[in-house]
Amino acid sequence: MPTTPKTHKQLFLNGILNENPIFRLALSMCPAVGLSTSVMNGLLLGVAVLFVQVFSSCTISLIKSHIHPRIRIPTYTLTIATWVTVIDLILAAYVPVAYKAMGIFVRLIVAFAIITMRLEVFACRHDLASSFWDGMGMGVGFLFGMTVLGTIREILGMGTFLGIEVLGFRPMLFFVLPAAGFFTVGFMMAIFNYAETISVRRKRRG
Amino acid sequence: MRNGWDMNPHAALAIARIRRLGAIGFFMGLFLLTGCKTEHPFVQSAVFKDSHEITIAFAGPVDDAWAQTIANFSVNEIADPDIFADIAAAALSRDRKSLTLRLTDAMNRQNSHTVMLKEILSDGKSLGTARLTLKQPYFGTLLSILIGAMIIQNFVFSKYLGLCVFFGTSRKKSTAVGMGITFTIVIVFASMLSWFLYQFVLKPFRLDYLQIVVFIGLVSLTVQGVDTIMRKVNPKLFKAFGVYLVLVIANCIIIAVPLTLAQNEYNLYESLMLALGAGLGFLIALFLMSSVRERLEFAKIPEAYRGLPIAFIVAGLFALSFMGFSGMSLF
Repeated sequence: MPTTPKTHKQLFLNGILNENPIFRLALSMCPAVGLSTSVMNGLLLGVAVLFVQVFSSCTISLIKSHIHPRIRIPTYTLTIATWVTVIDLILAAYVPVAYKAMGIFVRLIVAFAIITMRLEVFACRHDLASSFWDGMGMGVGFLFGMTVLGTIREILGMGTFLGIEVLGFRPMLFFVLPAAGFFTVGFMMAIFNYAETISVRRKRRG
Repeated sequence: MRNGWDMNPHAALAIARIRRLGAIGFFMGLFLLTGCKTEHPFVQSAVFKDSHEITIAFAGPVDDAWAQTIANFSVNEIADPDIFADIAAAALSRDRKSLTLRLTDAMNRQNSHTVMLKEILSDGKSLGTARLTLKQPYFGTLLSILIGAMIIQNFVFSKYLGLCVFFGTSRKKSTAVGMGITFTIVIVFASMLSWFLYQFVLKPFRLDYLQIVVFIGLVSLTVQGVDTIMRKVNPKLFKAFGVYLVLVIANCIIIAVPLTLAQNEYNLYESLMLALGAGLGFLIALFLMSSVRERLEFAKIPEAYRGLPIAFIVAGLFALSFMGFSGMSLF
Protein backbone atom coordinates (compact mmCIF):
# COMPACT_ATOMS: atom_id res chain seq x y z
CA MET A 1 0.00 0.00 0.00
CA PRO A 2 1.28 3.49 -0.79
CA THR A 3 2.06 5.60 2.25
CA THR A 4 0.98 8.88 0.71
CA PRO A 5 -2.63 9.13 -0.45
CA LYS A 6 -2.90 9.27 -4.23
CA THR A 7 -4.99 11.67 -6.21
CA HIS A 8 -7.94 10.26 -8.08
CA LYS A 9 -6.18 10.73 -11.38
CA GLN A 10 -3.21 8.71 -10.17
CA LEU A 11 -5.52 5.96 -8.92
CA PHE A 12 -7.21 5.84 -12.30
CA LEU A 13 -3.98 5.72 -14.30
CA ASN A 14 -2.44 3.18 -11.91
CA GLY A 15 -4.90 0.54 -13.03
CA ILE A 16 -4.31 1.22 -16.70
CA LEU A 17 -0.51 1.29 -16.79
CA ASN A 18 1.48 0.35 -13.68
CA GLU A 19 -0.86 -2.34 -12.48
CA ASN A 20 -2.62 -3.38 -15.64
CA PRO A 21 -4.61 -6.45 -14.60
CA ILE A 22 -3.76 -8.48 -17.69
CA PHE A 23 -0.19 -7.59 -18.60
CA ARG A 24 1.28 -6.60 -15.25
CA LEU A 25 -0.64 -8.42 -12.52
CA ALA A 26 -1.31 -11.45 -14.76
CA LEU A 27 -4.71 -11.92 -13.17
CA SER A 28 -7.95 -12.91 -14.89
CA MET A 29 -6.16 -14.56 -17.76
CA CYS A 30 -8.99 -16.87 -18.82
CA PRO A 31 -11.01 -14.31 -20.81
CA ALA A 32 -7.82 -12.66 -22.05
CA VAL A 33 -6.94 -15.93 -23.76
CA GLY A 34 -10.34 -17.36 -24.55
CA LEU A 35 -12.37 -14.37 -25.58
CA SER A 36 -10.01 -11.95 -27.30
CA THR A 37 -10.59 -13.32 -30.80
CA SER A 38 -12.27 -10.09 -31.89
CA VAL A 39 -12.37 -6.49 -30.72
CA MET A 40 -16.11 -6.64 -30.13
CA ASN A 41 -15.94 -9.58 -27.72
CA GLY A 42 -13.09 -7.95 -25.85
CA LEU A 43 -14.94 -4.64 -25.58
CA LEU A 44 -18.17 -6.18 -24.34
CA LEU A 45 -16.56 -8.34 -21.69
CA GLY A 46 -14.36 -5.40 -20.70
CA VAL A 47 -17.45 -3.25 -20.18
CA ALA A 48 -19.08 -6.01 -18.14
CA VAL A 49 -16.01 -6.33 -15.92
CA LEU A 50 -15.77 -2.55 -15.57
CA PHE A 51 -19.38 -2.45 -14.44
CA VAL A 52 -18.95 -5.24 -11.91
CA GLN A 53 -15.66 -3.86 -10.61
CA VAL A 54 -16.92 -0.31 -10.10
CA PHE A 55 -20.19 -1.30 -8.48
CA SER A 56 -18.61 -3.94 -6.22
CA SER A 57 -15.89 -1.50 -5.13
CA CYS A 58 -18.48 1.16 -4.33
CA THR A 59 -20.72 -1.29 -2.48
CA ILE A 60 -17.91 -2.64 -0.32
CA SER A 61 -16.58 0.84 0.29
CA LEU A 62 -20.00 1.94 1.53
CA ILE A 63 -20.58 -0.99 3.88
CA LYS A 64 -16.98 -1.61 4.93
CA SER A 65 -17.52 -0.55 8.54
CA HIS A 66 -20.31 -3.12 8.97
CA ILE A 67 -18.37 -6.16 7.70
CA HIS A 68 -16.86 -8.40 10.33
CA PRO A 69 -13.24 -9.07 9.26
CA ARG A 70 -13.69 -12.85 9.57
CA ILE A 71 -16.45 -13.04 6.99
CA ARG A 72 -15.08 -10.41 4.66
CA ILE A 73 -14.14 -12.77 1.80
CA PRO A 74 -17.60 -14.43 1.61
CA THR A 75 -19.11 -10.96 1.70
CA TYR A 76 -16.97 -9.86 -1.23
CA THR A 77 -17.86 -13.00 -3.16
CA LEU A 78 -21.58 -12.56 -2.65
CA THR A 79 -21.41 -8.86 -3.54
CA ILE A 80 -19.61 -9.67 -6.76
CA ALA A 81 -22.02 -12.52 -7.52
CA THR A 82 -24.97 -10.17 -7.14
CA TRP A 83 -23.56 -7.60 -9.55
CA VAL A 84 -22.56 -10.35 -11.99
CA THR A 85 -26.13 -11.62 -11.96
CA VAL A 86 -27.33 -8.09 -12.71
CA ILE A 87 -25.02 -7.62 -15.70
CA ASP A 88 -25.69 -11.20 -16.87
CA LEU A 89 -29.42 -10.55 -17.02
CA ILE A 90 -28.95 -7.12 -18.61
CA LEU A 91 -26.70 -8.46 -21.38
CA ALA A 92 -28.99 -11.43 -22.02
CA ALA A 93 -31.92 -9.04 -22.40
CA TYR A 94 -30.37 -6.27 -24.51
CA VAL A 95 -27.59 -7.86 -26.60
CA PRO A 96 -28.65 -11.51 -26.90
CA VAL A 97 -26.44 -12.30 -29.91
CA ALA A 98 -23.20 -11.00 -28.42
CA TYR A 99 -24.16 -12.57 -25.10
CA LYS A 100 -24.36 -15.96 -26.78
CA ALA A 101 -20.94 -15.46 -28.36
CA MET A 102 -19.42 -14.75 -24.97
CA GLY A 103 -20.93 -17.93 -23.60
CA ILE A 104 -20.17 -18.79 -20.04
CA PHE A 105 -17.51 -16.11 -19.59
CA VAL A 106 -19.91 -13.40 -18.39
CA ARG A 107 -21.02 -15.59 -15.53
CA LEU A 108 -17.44 -16.48 -14.75
CA ILE A 109 -16.63 -12.84 -13.96
CA VAL A 110 -17.65 -13.93 -10.48
CA ALA A 111 -14.45 -15.98 -10.19
CA PHE A 112 -12.09 -13.31 -11.52
CA ALA A 113 -9.30 -12.85 -9.02
CA ILE A 114 -8.80 -9.23 -10.01
CA ILE A 115 -12.11 -8.02 -8.60
CA THR A 116 -11.81 -9.79 -5.26
CA MET A 117 -8.23 -8.60 -5.00
CA ARG A 118 -9.17 -4.95 -5.52
CA LEU A 119 -11.89 -5.22 -2.86
CA GLU A 120 -9.51 -6.82 -0.39
CA VAL A 121 -6.55 -4.54 -1.09
CA PHE A 122 -8.26 -1.25 -1.77
CA ALA A 123 -12.01 -0.81 -1.40
CA CYS A 124 -12.27 -2.09 2.17
CA ARG A 125 -9.91 0.62 3.42
CA HIS A 126 -10.76 3.67 1.37
CA ASP A 127 -13.63 6.09 0.97
CA LEU A 128 -16.23 5.92 -1.76
CA ALA A 129 -14.63 8.34 -4.25
CA SER A 130 -11.19 6.70 -4.12
CA SER A 131 -12.71 3.24 -4.44
CA PHE A 132 -14.74 4.41 -7.41
CA TRP A 133 -11.67 5.72 -9.22
CA ASP A 134 -9.63 2.65 -8.32
CA GLY A 135 -12.40 0.42 -9.67
CA MET A 136 -12.64 2.58 -12.79
CA GLY A 137 -8.89 2.33 -13.31
CA MET A 138 -8.81 -1.43 -12.95
CA GLY A 139 -11.88 -1.90 -15.11
CA VAL A 140 -10.59 0.40 -17.84
CA GLY A 141 -7.18 -1.27 -17.58
CA PHE A 142 -8.84 -4.61 -18.21
CA LEU A 143 -10.91 -3.15 -21.03
CA PHE A 144 -7.74 -1.68 -22.53
CA GLY A 145 -5.91 -5.01 -22.30
CA MET A 146 -8.79 -6.93 -23.86
CA THR A 147 -9.11 -4.38 -26.67
CA VAL A 148 -5.39 -4.48 -27.45
CA LEU A 149 -5.41 -8.27 -27.57
CA GLY A 150 -8.60 -8.29 -29.62
CA THR A 151 -7.19 -5.76 -32.08
CA ILE A 152 -3.97 -7.68 -32.60
CA ARG A 153 -5.74 -10.97 -33.08
CA GLU A 154 -8.49 -9.62 -35.31
CA ILE A 155 -6.15 -7.67 -37.58
CA LEU A 156 -3.56 -10.44 -37.87
CA GLY A 157 -6.11 -13.23 -38.11
CA MET A 158 -8.96 -11.80 -40.16
CA GLY A 159 -7.54 -8.55 -41.54
CA THR A 160 -10.49 -6.66 -40.06
CA PHE A 161 -11.12 -4.22 -37.21
CA LEU A 162 -14.52 -4.33 -35.53
CA GLY A 163 -15.70 -6.32 -38.51
CA ILE A 164 -14.60 -3.66 -41.05
CA GLU A 165 -12.10 -4.69 -43.70
CA VAL A 166 -8.75 -2.99 -43.05
CA LEU A 167 -5.98 -4.92 -44.70
CA GLY A 168 -7.85 -6.61 -47.52
CA PHE A 169 -6.16 -9.94 -46.86
CA ARG A 170 -5.64 -12.31 -43.97
CA PRO A 171 -2.00 -12.22 -42.84
CA MET A 172 -2.06 -15.10 -40.33
CA LEU A 173 -5.27 -17.02 -39.95
CA PHE A 174 -3.55 -18.77 -37.06
CA PHE A 175 -4.31 -15.83 -34.76
CA VAL A 176 -8.06 -16.36 -34.72
CA LEU A 177 -7.59 -19.95 -33.63
CA PRO A 178 -8.42 -20.17 -29.95
CA ALA A 179 -5.00 -21.58 -29.12
CA ALA A 180 -3.29 -18.44 -30.42
CA GLY A 181 -4.61 -16.53 -27.40
CA PHE A 182 -1.82 -18.06 -25.34
CA PHE A 183 0.81 -16.91 -27.83
CA THR A 184 -0.58 -13.37 -28.10
CA VAL A 185 -0.69 -12.91 -24.33
CA GLY A 186 2.79 -14.43 -24.00
CA PHE A 187 4.26 -12.09 -26.61
CA MET A 188 2.53 -9.04 -25.12
CA MET A 189 3.90 -9.87 -21.68
CA ALA A 190 7.37 -10.29 -23.13
CA ILE A 191 7.07 -6.86 -24.80
CA PHE A 192 6.00 -5.26 -21.50
CA ASN A 193 8.94 -6.94 -19.73
CA TYR A 194 11.35 -5.76 -22.42
CA ALA A 195 10.08 -2.19 -22.21
CA GLU A 196 10.52 -2.30 -18.45
CA THR A 197 14.12 -3.55 -18.59
CA ILE A 198 14.99 -0.84 -21.10
CA SER A 199 13.48 1.93 -19.01
CA VAL A 200 15.28 0.62 -15.91
CA ARG A 201 18.57 0.60 -17.80
CA ARG A 202 18.01 4.17 -18.98
CA LYS A 203 17.28 5.36 -15.48
CA ARG A 204 20.49 3.79 -14.23
CA ARG A 205 22.54 5.56 -16.90
CA GLY A 206 20.78 8.87 -16.53
CA MET B 1 -24.18 -21.58 31.41
CA ARG B 2 -24.31 -24.90 29.61
CA ASN B 3 -23.97 -24.85 25.92
CA GLY B 4 -23.91 -27.62 23.33
CA TRP B 5 -20.20 -28.17 23.52
CA ASP B 6 -19.78 -29.41 27.10
CA MET B 7 -22.41 -32.15 27.30
CA ASN B 8 -21.35 -35.55 28.67
CA PRO B 9 -19.12 -37.57 26.34
CA HIS B 10 -21.43 -40.62 25.98
CA ALA B 11 -24.34 -38.54 24.82
CA ALA B 12 -22.08 -36.63 22.46
CA LEU B 13 -20.77 -39.89 20.98
CA ALA B 14 -24.26 -41.30 20.53
CA ILE B 15 -25.44 -38.11 18.86
CA ALA B 16 -22.43 -38.11 16.59
CA ARG B 17 -23.15 -41.73 15.61
CA ILE B 18 -26.80 -41.00 14.90
CA ARG B 19 -25.83 -37.97 12.88
CA ARG B 20 -23.36 -39.98 10.84
CA LEU B 21 -25.92 -42.72 10.14
CA GLY B 22 -28.48 -40.09 9.28
CA ALA B 23 -26.12 -38.38 6.90
CA ILE B 24 -25.25 -41.65 5.14
CA GLY B 25 -28.93 -42.56 4.84
CA PHE B 26 -29.74 -39.11 3.54
CA PHE B 27 -27.13 -39.28 0.81
CA MET B 28 -28.08 -42.86 -0.13
CA GLY B 29 -31.67 -41.71 -0.43
CA LEU B 30 -30.71 -38.77 -2.58
CA PHE B 31 -28.56 -41.03 -4.71
CA LEU B 32 -31.58 -43.15 -5.61
CA LEU B 33 -33.65 -40.09 -6.50
CA THR B 34 -32.05 -39.56 -9.86
CA GLY B 35 -33.40 -38.97 -13.31
CA CYS B 36 -37.04 -38.08 -13.84
CA LYS B 37 -36.56 -34.53 -14.89
CA THR B 38 -37.88 -32.78 -17.95
CA GLU B 39 -37.80 -29.27 -19.31
CA HIS B 40 -41.50 -28.61 -18.75
CA PRO B 41 -42.90 -28.32 -15.21
CA PHE B 42 -46.09 -30.22 -16.06
CA VAL B 43 -44.32 -33.19 -17.65
CA GLN B 44 -42.84 -35.51 -15.08
CA SER B 45 -40.94 -37.98 -17.20
CA ALA B 46 -40.44 -39.16 -20.75
CA VAL B 47 -38.84 -42.54 -21.36
CA PHE B 48 -38.35 -45.10 -24.12
CA LYS B 49 -40.66 -48.01 -23.39
CA ASP B 50 -39.33 -50.20 -26.18
CA SER B 51 -37.95 -49.57 -29.63
CA HIS B 52 -41.36 -48.41 -30.90
CA GLU B 53 -42.93 -46.70 -27.90
CA ILE B 54 -42.34 -43.59 -25.83
CA THR B 55 -44.15 -43.09 -22.53
CA ILE B 56 -44.73 -39.60 -21.15
CA ALA B 57 -46.04 -39.05 -17.62
CA PHE B 58 -47.86 -35.85 -16.67
CA ALA B 59 -48.31 -34.22 -13.27
CA GLY B 60 -52.07 -34.06 -13.76
CA PRO B 61 -54.73 -35.42 -16.12
CA VAL B 62 -54.69 -34.14 -19.70
CA ASP B 63 -57.64 -33.85 -22.07
CA ASP B 64 -58.67 -36.85 -24.19
CA ALA B 65 -59.32 -34.86 -27.33
CA TRP B 66 -55.87 -33.29 -27.17
CA ALA B 67 -54.17 -36.64 -26.63
CA GLN B 68 -55.97 -38.28 -29.55
CA THR B 69 -54.75 -35.65 -32.05
CA ILE B 70 -51.51 -37.04 -33.43
CA ALA B 71 -50.68 -33.68 -35.04
CA ASN B 72 -50.00 -32.35 -31.55
CA PHE B 73 -46.90 -34.49 -31.22
CA SER B 74 -43.62 -34.76 -33.04
CA VAL B 75 -40.58 -36.94 -32.45
CA ASN B 76 -37.14 -36.52 -34.00
CA GLU B 77 -33.53 -37.34 -33.34
CA ILE B 78 -31.62 -34.36 -31.97
CA ALA B 79 -29.00 -34.78 -34.68
CA ASP B 80 -31.66 -34.52 -37.44
CA PRO B 81 -34.08 -31.78 -36.41
CA ASP B 82 -35.94 -31.81 -39.74
CA ILE B 83 -36.59 -35.55 -40.02
CA PHE B 84 -39.68 -36.39 -37.99
CA ALA B 85 -40.55 -39.93 -37.02
CA ASP B 86 -43.91 -41.27 -38.15
CA ILE B 87 -46.31 -41.53 -35.20
CA ALA B 88 -48.74 -44.40 -35.67
CA ALA B 89 -50.92 -43.93 -32.61
CA ALA B 90 -51.23 -42.05 -29.34
CA ALA B 91 -52.87 -43.74 -26.36
CA LEU B 92 -53.84 -42.19 -23.03
CA SER B 93 -53.92 -44.26 -19.86
CA ARG B 94 -57.14 -44.59 -17.83
CA ASP B 95 -56.18 -41.94 -15.24
CA ARG B 96 -55.27 -39.65 -18.18
CA LYS B 97 -51.84 -38.99 -16.70
CA SER B 98 -49.71 -41.17 -18.92
CA LEU B 99 -49.43 -40.92 -22.70
CA THR B 100 -47.92 -43.58 -24.94
CA LEU B 101 -46.75 -42.65 -28.42
CA ARG B 102 -46.38 -45.56 -30.84
CA LEU B 103 -44.07 -45.04 -33.80
CA THR B 104 -44.26 -46.79 -37.17
CA ASP B 105 -40.51 -47.40 -37.41
CA ALA B 106 -38.13 -48.54 -34.72
CA MET B 107 -36.04 -45.82 -33.07
CA ASN B 108 -32.34 -45.97 -32.45
CA ARG B 109 -32.47 -45.66 -28.71
CA GLN B 110 -28.76 -44.91 -28.45
CA ASN B 111 -29.41 -41.47 -29.93
CA SER B 112 -31.10 -38.70 -28.00
CA HIS B 113 -34.55 -37.77 -29.24
CA THR B 114 -36.61 -34.60 -29.00
CA VAL B 115 -40.33 -34.91 -28.33
CA MET B 116 -42.56 -31.88 -28.90
CA LEU B 117 -45.97 -31.70 -27.24
CA LYS B 118 -47.87 -28.75 -28.66
CA GLU B 119 -50.16 -26.74 -26.38
CA ILE B 120 -50.81 -29.32 -23.68
CA LEU B 121 -54.48 -29.12 -22.67
CA SER B 122 -55.47 -30.00 -19.14
CA ASP B 123 -59.13 -29.47 -18.21
CA GLY B 124 -59.50 -27.19 -21.19
CA LYS B 125 -56.58 -25.03 -20.05
CA SER B 126 -53.50 -24.65 -22.24
CA LEU B 127 -50.23 -25.26 -20.42
CA GLY B 128 -47.94 -24.28 -23.25
CA THR B 129 -45.76 -26.33 -25.55
CA ALA B 130 -43.36 -28.82 -24.02
CA ARG B 131 -40.09 -29.76 -25.64
CA LEU B 132 -38.63 -32.89 -24.07
CA THR B 133 -35.30 -34.56 -24.51
CA LEU B 134 -35.15 -38.33 -24.34
CA LYS B 135 -31.89 -39.95 -23.51
CA GLN B 136 -31.08 -43.56 -22.93
CA PRO B 137 -28.87 -43.53 -19.85
CA TYR B 138 -26.20 -45.90 -20.96
CA PHE B 139 -22.59 -46.43 -20.15
CA GLY B 140 -21.28 -44.97 -23.39
CA THR B 141 -22.81 -41.53 -22.83
CA LEU B 142 -21.22 -41.36 -19.42
CA LEU B 143 -17.85 -42.46 -20.71
CA SER B 144 -17.97 -39.97 -23.56
CA ILE B 145 -18.80 -37.16 -21.12
CA LEU B 146 -15.89 -38.23 -18.92
CA ILE B 147 -13.34 -38.49 -21.73
CA GLY B 148 -14.79 -35.37 -23.35
CA ALA B 149 -14.29 -33.23 -20.26
CA MET B 150 -10.91 -34.79 -19.60
CA ILE B 151 -9.21 -34.67 -22.99
CA ILE B 152 -11.28 -33.67 -26.02
CA GLN B 153 -12.74 -30.54 -24.41
CA ASN B 154 -10.02 -30.16 -21.79
CA PHE B 155 -11.00 -27.23 -19.60
CA VAL B 156 -7.53 -25.70 -19.62
CA PHE B 157 -6.32 -26.29 -23.18
CA SER B 158 -9.60 -26.20 -25.10
CA LYS B 159 -11.86 -23.97 -23.01
CA TYR B 160 -9.19 -21.70 -21.52
CA LEU B 161 -10.52 -21.74 -17.98
CA GLY B 162 -8.71 -21.88 -14.66
CA LEU B 163 -5.57 -20.30 -16.07
CA CYS B 164 -4.55 -18.24 -13.02
CA VAL B 165 -4.22 -21.30 -10.84
CA PHE B 166 -2.86 -23.32 -13.73
CA PHE B 167 0.10 -21.01 -14.23
CA GLY B 168 0.52 -20.45 -10.52
CA THR B 169 0.89 -24.07 -9.50
CA SER B 170 2.56 -25.72 -12.48
CA ARG B 171 6.12 -24.76 -11.59
CA LYS B 172 6.95 -28.02 -9.83
CA LYS B 173 5.64 -31.53 -10.43
CA SER B 174 4.87 -32.19 -6.76
CA THR B 175 2.83 -28.98 -6.46
CA ALA B 176 1.03 -29.75 -9.70
CA VAL B 177 -0.03 -33.22 -8.59
CA GLY B 178 -1.10 -31.96 -5.14
CA MET B 179 -3.19 -29.20 -6.65
CA GLY B 180 -4.69 -31.55 -9.23
CA ILE B 181 -5.78 -34.14 -6.68
CA THR B 182 -7.20 -31.59 -4.23
CA PHE B 183 -9.04 -29.89 -7.04
CA THR B 184 -10.55 -33.16 -8.31
CA ILE B 185 -11.87 -34.05 -4.86
CA VAL B 186 -13.36 -30.63 -4.22
CA ILE B 187 -14.93 -30.24 -7.64
CA VAL B 188 -16.70 -33.61 -7.40
CA PHE B 189 -18.19 -32.67 -4.00
CA ALA B 190 -19.10 -29.16 -5.07
CA SER B 191 -20.71 -30.24 -8.35
CA MET B 192 -22.79 -32.95 -6.68
CA LEU B 193 -24.06 -30.48 -4.09
CA SER B 194 -24.83 -27.91 -6.77
CA TRP B 195 -26.69 -30.51 -8.79
CA PHE B 196 -28.93 -31.42 -5.86
CA LEU B 197 -29.53 -27.80 -5.02
CA TYR B 198 -30.28 -26.91 -8.62
CA GLN B 199 -32.63 -29.84 -9.27
CA PHE B 200 -34.49 -29.84 -5.97
CA VAL B 201 -34.48 -26.20 -4.89
CA LEU B 202 -33.64 -23.73 -7.65
CA LYS B 203 -35.62 -25.38 -10.43
CA PRO B 204 -38.84 -26.26 -8.56
CA PHE B 205 -39.03 -22.76 -7.08
CA ARG B 206 -38.05 -21.09 -10.36
CA LEU B 207 -35.03 -19.40 -8.87
CA ASP B 208 -32.80 -20.09 -11.88
CA TYR B 209 -31.54 -16.53 -11.95
CA LEU B 210 -29.89 -17.04 -8.56
CA GLN B 211 -27.58 -19.70 -10.02
CA ILE B 212 -24.42 -17.61 -9.85
CA VAL B 213 -24.93 -16.44 -6.27
CA VAL B 214 -25.95 -19.88 -5.01
CA PHE B 215 -23.23 -21.83 -6.79
CA ILE B 216 -20.39 -19.56 -5.72
CA GLY B 217 -21.62 -19.66 -2.14
CA LEU B 218 -21.90 -23.43 -2.29
CA VAL B 219 -18.38 -23.79 -3.66
CA SER B 220 -16.94 -21.66 -0.87
CA LEU B 221 -18.90 -23.71 1.65
CA THR B 222 -17.62 -26.99 0.19
CA VAL B 223 -14.04 -25.79 0.33
CA GLN B 224 -14.50 -24.70 3.94
CA GLY B 225 -16.16 -28.06 4.73
CA VAL B 226 -13.41 -30.13 3.12
CA ASP B 227 -10.88 -28.00 4.97
CA THR B 228 -12.51 -28.65 8.35
CA ILE B 229 -13.12 -32.36 7.78
CA MET B 230 -9.63 -33.01 6.46
CA ARG B 231 -8.05 -31.13 9.37
CA LYS B 232 -9.90 -33.32 11.87
CA VAL B 233 -9.93 -36.67 10.08
CA ASN B 234 -6.50 -36.81 8.51
CA PRO B 235 -4.04 -34.13 9.67
CA LYS B 236 -1.25 -35.71 7.63
CA LEU B 237 -3.20 -35.36 4.43
CA PHE B 238 -4.17 -31.84 5.44
CA LYS B 239 -0.53 -30.91 5.83
CA ALA B 240 0.18 -32.10 2.32
CA PHE B 241 -2.88 -30.70 0.53
CA GLY B 242 -4.26 -27.96 2.81
CA VAL B 243 -2.38 -25.15 1.10
CA TYR B 244 -4.05 -25.88 -2.22
CA LEU B 245 -7.57 -25.71 -0.82
CA VAL B 246 -7.54 -21.91 -0.71
CA LEU B 247 -6.49 -21.77 -4.34
CA VAL B 248 -9.39 -23.97 -5.43
CA ILE B 249 -11.88 -21.10 -5.07
CA ALA B 250 -9.80 -18.88 -7.33
CA ASN B 251 -10.14 -21.46 -10.12
CA CYS B 252 -12.96 -20.61 -12.48
CA ILE B 253 -13.44 -24.26 -13.56
CA ILE B 254 -15.02 -24.96 -10.20
CA ILE B 255 -17.83 -22.53 -10.94
CA ALA B 256 -17.95 -23.32 -14.67
CA VAL B 257 -18.84 -26.99 -14.09
CA PRO B 258 -21.98 -26.36 -11.97
CA LEU B 259 -23.11 -23.72 -14.46
CA THR B 260 -22.53 -26.10 -17.38
CA LEU B 261 -24.41 -28.97 -15.82
CA ALA B 262 -27.32 -26.72 -14.95
CA GLN B 263 -27.38 -25.36 -18.49
CA ASN B 264 -27.23 -28.82 -20.11
CA GLU B 265 -29.74 -30.38 -17.70
CA TYR B 266 -27.41 -33.25 -16.89
CA ASN B 267 -28.64 -35.98 -14.58
CA LEU B 268 -26.74 -37.08 -11.49
CA TYR B 269 -24.44 -39.60 -13.19
CA GLU B 270 -23.67 -37.31 -16.10
CA SER B 271 -22.88 -34.51 -13.66
CA LEU B 272 -20.60 -36.81 -11.71
CA MET B 273 -18.76 -37.75 -14.89
CA LEU B 274 -18.44 -34.12 -16.00
CA ALA B 275 -17.03 -33.08 -12.61
CA LEU B 276 -14.66 -36.04 -12.51
CA GLY B 277 -13.55 -35.39 -16.07
CA ALA B 278 -12.96 -31.70 -15.37
CA GLY B 279 -10.90 -32.52 -12.28
CA LEU B 280 -8.82 -35.24 -13.95
CA GLY B 281 -8.39 -33.08 -17.05
CA PHE B 282 -7.02 -30.29 -14.88
CA LEU B 283 -4.67 -32.81 -13.23
CA ILE B 284 -3.44 -34.00 -16.63
CA ALA B 285 -2.92 -30.44 -17.84
CA LEU B 286 -1.02 -29.49 -14.70
CA PHE B 287 1.16 -32.58 -14.89
CA LEU B 288 2.06 -32.03 -18.55
CA MET B 289 2.79 -28.36 -17.98
CA SER B 290 4.89 -28.91 -14.86
CA SER B 291 6.98 -31.55 -16.63
CA VAL B 292 7.87 -28.99 -19.29
CA ARG B 293 8.42 -26.12 -16.87
CA GLU B 294 10.82 -28.17 -14.75
CA ARG B 295 12.97 -28.55 -17.85
CA LEU B 296 12.58 -24.89 -18.76
CA GLU B 297 14.43 -24.04 -15.54
CA PHE B 298 17.62 -25.23 -17.18
CA ALA B 299 16.97 -23.80 -20.61
CA LYS B 300 18.54 -20.61 -21.88
CA ILE B 301 15.59 -18.28 -22.38
CA PRO B 302 15.80 -14.63 -23.53
CA GLU B 303 15.49 -12.37 -20.52
CA ALA B 304 12.18 -10.78 -21.49
CA TYR B 305 10.56 -14.20 -21.86
CA ARG B 306 11.56 -15.59 -18.48
CA GLY B 307 8.76 -16.67 -16.17
CA LEU B 308 5.20 -16.23 -17.36
CA PRO B 309 5.67 -15.29 -21.05
CA ILE B 310 7.45 -18.53 -21.93
CA ALA B 311 4.91 -20.47 -19.86
CA PHE B 312 2.14 -18.95 -21.98
CA ILE B 313 3.88 -19.93 -25.17
CA VAL B 314 4.35 -23.51 -23.93
CA ALA B 315 0.66 -23.60 -23.00
CA GLY B 316 -0.14 -22.33 -26.50
CA LEU B 317 1.79 -25.24 -28.01
CA PHE B 318 -0.12 -27.65 -25.77
CA ALA B 319 -3.40 -26.04 -26.79
CA LEU B 320 -2.47 -26.45 -30.46
CA SER B 321 -1.79 -30.12 -29.98
CA PHE B 322 -4.99 -30.56 -28.00
CA MET B 323 -6.84 -29.08 -30.99
CA GLY B 324 -6.05 -32.36 -32.69
CA PHE B 325 -8.62 -34.00 -30.44
CA SER B 326 -11.39 -31.60 -31.43
CA GLY B 327 -14.34 -33.01 -33.27
CA MET B 328 -13.55 -36.47 -32.02
CA SER B 329 -16.47 -38.46 -30.68
CA LEU B 330 -16.24 -41.78 -28.95
CA PHE B 331 -19.52 -43.52 -29.65
